Amino acid sequence: MKMPFYQPDVATMTRFLFFTGKGGVGKTSLSCATALKLVDAGKRVLLVSTDPASNLDEVLDTKLTNKPTPILGALGLDALNINPVEAAAAYRERLIGPMRGLLPEAALRSMEEQLSGSCTVEIAAFDEFSGLIGNPESAKDYDHVIFDTAPTGHTLRLMSLAKAWDQFLDKNTSGTSCLGPLAGLEKQRVIYEATVKTLADAKATTLVLVSRPQGAALREAERTSKELRAIGVGNQCLVVNGTFETQCPEDVTAQAMQQRGLAALKASAEFISSMPSFIVPLRPINILGISGLRVLLSGDAQGKCVKADESGWTPPEMESLEDLVSTIEQQGHGVIMTMGKGGVGKTTVAAAIAVMLARRGHSVHLSTTDPAAHVAQTLHGKVDGLTLSKIDPAAETAAYQGEVMQAQGAAMDDAGRALLEEDLRSPCTEEIAVFRAFAREVGRGTGRFVVLDTAPTGHTLLLLDASEAYQRELERQARSTQPEEVLKLLERLRDPEYTRILLVTLPEATPVHEAAALQDDLRRARIEPFAWVINQSLLNSGSCDPLLKCREASEHRYLSEVVEKQAKRTAWLPWQAEEPIGPDALARLASSNLHSLKS
Amino acid sequence: MKTIQVYDPPMCCSTGICSTDIDPDLVNFAAMLSQLSTHGIKVERFNLGQQPMAFVQNPAVKVLLNTEGAEALPLIFWDGEVHLKGRYPTKDERPGWFRAALGKAEVAP
Repeated sequence: MKMPFYQPDVATMTRFLFFTGKGGVGKTSLSCATALKLVDAGKRVLLVSTDPASNLDEVLDTKLTNKPTPILGALGLDALNINPVEAAAAYRERLIGPMRGLLPEAALRSMEEQLSGSCTVEIAAFDEFSGLIGNPESAKDYDHVIFDTAPTGHTLRLMSLAKAWDQFLDKNTSGTSCLGPLAGLEKQRVIYEATVKTLADAKATTLVLVSRPQGAALREAERTSKELRAIGVGNQCLVVNGTFETQCPEDVTAQAMQQRGLAALKASAEFISSMPSFIVPLRPINILGISGLRVLLSGDAQGKCVKADESGWTPPEMESLEDLVSTIEQQGHGVIMTMGKGGVGKTTVAAAIAVMLARRGHSVHLSTTDPAAHVAQTLHGKVDGLTLSKIDPAAETAAYQGEVMQAQGAAMDDAGRALLEEDLRSPCTEEIAVFRAFAREVGRGTGRFVVLDTAPTGHTLLLLDASEAYQRELERQARSTQPEEVLKLLERLRDPEYTRILLVTLPEATPVHEAAALQDDLRRARIEPFAWVINQSLLNSGSCDPLLKCREASEHRYLSEVVEKQAKRTAWLPWQAEEPIGPDALARLASSNLHSLKS
Repeated sequence: MKTIQVYDPPMCCSTGICSTDIDPDLVNFAAMLSQLSTHGIKVERFNLGQQPMAFVQNPAVKVLLNTEGAEALPLIFWDGEVHLKGRYPTKDERPGWFRAALGKAEVAP
């Protein structure tokens, strides 16, 4: 299958562009590189990250806020981050600020608490997002607005919210309904309608599905394509980033990598040929800074490998995943969570740990908070003592609605029940239902091991934020009808004997720095990570391919950084010639270590 | 014509369903208000989380907030007089509200 190189065509580019895909596929790099092509052709471009764990700052080497900031070295390019927690803080301040001195401190505090809930956080971000698209005034100074989105699950939610709220408002009859923090309703409504319309307009909006030549990433792109088509986003194209052809045919690792990519592309051939599809070849260096980004889409296929002098470098001491499991199993029960940037292998690590624990005779439950998860595909087989589930937002919401109607409806009259039923259809309900499901899964770790594969960082941060907000709300309530697992959630997450958090990363700049920032956030919430896992390392691969050699060399500083500066314990996993799928492959991966691989 | 004014504590919405706990009295009260308003009663509702200015502009509300804090909410006024403080009407009280407002204990759905 021959695909052309991805080259943004300035003449036919739509005003709005969305780059979406699985974590780690290169959404940020490609959206930045596309923005640079456009500004170099004289256009004015606004680049927007909707990822709560945005990497735009690092890639553009600029401190960004929620207001457009000019990017040095790229005249005409401004960038901003829509950070949900900060958007909610700004929203709170808009309401509370003018009341200072007018209302007593206690009243202000109660406002602040209520406005810290997950629904406010979600809507505040969504409001900024839809404002940029649906409000003709807000981005009128720009020829193009490019969205670098969060990994799939979060983005599907964001893009379908406009329609969800629009429909909810449409069907809502009572007028007294649950609009959450949607003050100034009529004004918002016009914006949501315009957003829905713009997303569906092929002349206005292009969805760029970004993928890697890798099975899970391509399957996720295909699912996203379908789901977004279903809500009307029909103008789509595909960019496969990081395609690789070795220059060193006798190199086993390089050959395997090339074959693995070709096989994945072949398996998704039908999807790929269903829309305009392009490739971007693998580069020897991580793409950072304006000059790096310009190389990404340049004709120069190889780019330059700049090697630092590292003659004295020896790899730091790192354990195997099995070593970590040996410590974890001593407790006999508890929760193990894998966290980190999208695409670093959280699912693989979670599944490998679950398999190991089950094979050692423990009762293990493997679950995920990622709406776009592929746990079942990774596990691919039955293991005695191991059960599997996932938190499915739609199913959880339906169950929660039923539960509330049953528990509360009895105490209500007909009119009350009707109103409750209507309000429970509010898009806000999903946030609560998912949060409760998360608490339930964590609670199951009292009598067995629960291994939780989490969604990429941004989504996980919001879940933590919600946990803390709920905790505060619960603390000020005298009576509570909440299940015990919700009441105990934060306490359990903070107990290092109960919850072991593994930060998973690749030996590259962005995933390491995202994991480090996540570690800081966790520590602020008084949660201490147990260990780091460095996945897909090319160290000791013995490759003779110049591009892979260069990538291996560039790993060194990040391996050192993790072991010496970040982690209390570090496990190391080598790059695999085959995607590690199935219990045996996962167990093999978990037991590999630096010394067994190659002398 | 009768007027009912409600000063709610900060909440996400008029039924409070986005909160950790759902208060059936609040949901029933919200439903009752919408019934009353369709029968000619003037109903005004203010949410401290969304319309804080209304709390400042009503001197009686402001005084109660200053002296009793946020526990004074919800505050429910009938024709400008404080009628209920710190809670919503219960199941047993609601028929009385319908009678007082409309002269009958309930309305046909």
